[in-house]
Amino acid sequence: MIVNQALFCFFSVMAVVSAILMVTRRNIVHGAVFLISTLLATAGIFLLLQAEFLFVVQIILYVGGIMVLFVFVIMLVNLDVSLRQVQFNRQKYVAIVLTIVLAAQVFFALWIARNGVNLTNPSFKMPARNTEAIADAIFQHYMLPFEIASILLLVAMIGAVVMAKRRV
Amino acid sequence: MGHLIPPSIMPYVLPVVYAVVIVAVLPLLAGYIVLLERKVMADMQARLGPMRVGPHGLLQPIADAVKLLLKEDIIPEKADKFMFWFAPLVSVTMALLAYSALPIGPAFQIADLNVGLLFILAISSLGIYGIVFGGWASNSHYSLLGAMRSAAQLVSYETAAGLGLVSALLLAGSLSMKEIVQAQYDQGTWFIFSVPVGFFIYMVGSIAETNRAPFDLPEAESELVAGYMTEYSGFRWSLYFLAEYANMIIVAGIATTLFLGGWLRPFARWHDHFPGTSLEFFDVIPSLVFLGAAAYCFWLAPKQPVQIQKLVMAAFGGLCLLLAVAMAVTLFASASVMAAVHGAFWFMAKVIAYLYAFLWFRFTFPRYRFDQLMRLGWRFLIPLALVNVISVGVAIVLKQEFGWPPFWAMLVMTIVTLSVAMWLAADDEKPEPLLQAADTEL
Amino acid sequence: MIPTEYYLILSLALFTIGVVGVLTRRNVIIVLMSIELILNAVNINLVAFSHHFGSVDGQVFAIFIITDAAAEAAVGLGIILAFFRNRETVLADEMDMLKW
Repeated sequence: MIVNQALFCFFSVMAVVSAILMVTRRNIVHGAVFLISTLLATAGIFLLLQAEFLFVVQIILYVGGIMVLFVFVIMLVNLDVSLRQVQFNRQKYVAIVLTIVLAAQVFFALWIARNGVNLTNPSFKMPARNTEAIADAIFQHYMLPFEIASILLLVAMIGAVVMAKRRV
Repeated sequence: MGHLIPPSIMPYVLPVVYAVVIVAVLPLLAGYIVLLERKVMADMQARLGPMRVGPHGLLQPIADAVKLLLKEDIIPEKADKFMFWFAPLVSVTMALLAYSALPIGPAFQIADLNVGLLFILAISSLGIYGIVFGGWASNSHYSLLGAMRSAAQLVSYETAAGLGLVSALLLAGSLSMKEIVQAQYDQGTWFIFSVPVGFFIYMVGSIAETNRAPFDLPEAESELVAGYMTEYSGFRWSLYFLAEYANMIIVAGIATTLFLGGWLRPFARWHDHFPGTSLEFFDVIPSLVFLGAAAYCFWLAPKQPVQIQKLVMAAFGGLCLLLAVAMAVTLFASASVMAAVHGAFWFMAKVIAYLYAFLWFRFTFPRYRFDQLMRLGWRFLIPLALVNVISVGVAIVLKQEFGWPPFWAMLVMTIVTLSVAMWLAADDEKPEPLLQAADTEL
Repeated sequence: MIPTEYYLILSLALFTIGVVGVLTRRNVIIVLMSIELILNAVNINLVAFSHHFGSVDGQVFAIFIITDAAAEAAVGLGIILAFFRNRETVLADEMDMLKW
């Protein structure tokens, strides 16, 4: 119990601090490193929520795939001059005000629902074998989204190859 | 003992002890695998290898470690200091973290995760960052090129190796490492005999994953100096080196668990297939092996030129004798203790056999050029791996729905997969020759 | 047992930071990374509710979101590379002329 709470504190602090550092770094490569650490903290949160398959999928796909792609592109387009340019655009104050308003709205929605319908039903228990349960769900109920996701990936692959090719 | 440790931390004590043992022993083990590589390389090249430091070079790794620790720490001038410090750390951390799900014998596993195999794959894919950031932080062209090539190679072959593992996973039915070995025991056969094509794909993929020859273009000495490791020296370089050899052991451990039966003794179910006969005398092989090693050490000891080398050789002989006695004594202990100790022996024996194959390939095959490497990965290995997964699925359906005996189902589908492999290998277009015939005319 | 609300607050915090990153930074690559952060915040939300109700539907949805994020990152980075080859810039302020 104490271990759960300690881990939750650790992962959430790591996620929030890394996220803040990511959006404020001048050096993009450092920003990518901090995004990687945010994603790893998120994976830890998934493990705390007993979503073990999602934990490994997050690490393999997000951190080991998507972020490698990001890091490659950053190293290809890196300009030394970008370290001396202005980092934040002219609308930053308006943006921050609007974001605070948005956050306040969501927080208010959570606040008024805090003592609402108590949906903690003792029969709500996670299935024991997480991977098998996800496999059952995907290949029986969510087969159509699965097929559409594969077509989406095919389209994205073709698009990325076409756009990154040099015009010969 | 139970009174000293409060029950709330009792489940954490043993894994922490195992973790400390692994982190302490691994650098030594990696060093001795380097020595093994140098001796095997020397043997295949008809020479002797390290002989001076310690008898027959047995203390060479310790001398190397001392040298690396005492070297000057050089950081290039315009290098990104934070990343330069951080990159080898990432490599080593990921390499060591993967050991937490690896079962070395039935009782020696830090954490038996339900998704243990995927966890090790995930951590191996994180090791790419050590290479990429190391090449970037060095602020040098050679390093960046080597790092990019190495990362591209790792990402390509990671897919193929993962698909090769999936074909064995279909037979095992679970991602937990313990249950995979248990499935091999239940089915009475190691998975290498059921899915040999899967084993081949995984072996080639794992050689490319660890940047070993013939896929070591990014770090070969004659190519890009040393690739991403060029600007690292001393202790930082030894961290990269440790990470590479730790990765090799991990990859060998996965192959052993999935394909070679893990900690199972060869012919573990013989008495079930052929009742009446018994191959239980195989159980004395561990102690016989160590006894033979001890005898060899003691025989070589008087022939050493220097007194101190005689003593060290005798000490190694004594160590082997101790292990032989330990193996023999556990034969008469309880079943779980014997399974644990002998299981660890068989696991390490198979891992060393797999690593020996790695060493053998390094000194046999010429190096692949980078475009040849990528062509092999994407145009041959990944289609073959996909076809292999489908064929294993078909074989399982044949076995379960149509009632074919497992041996024939697997044999037929393996022949189908091999014909597809031959078609894929022949279908490759020839790369255009680098020099046209007309260009050579004056 | 950690109450589900704590996870929702964490998800809100990450979402907010991601939105600030998208709206405020000039460098397009950081904008893309902030979008990934937003998607992660949504994932935490989904998985927290999946844990609350004891069903894996939330996790399945999260897997599809990760797939989608991969596709979008690939295409987005392809666009950035193509644009960089043309205009030598990755700052959103300077990507203002459709045709020279």
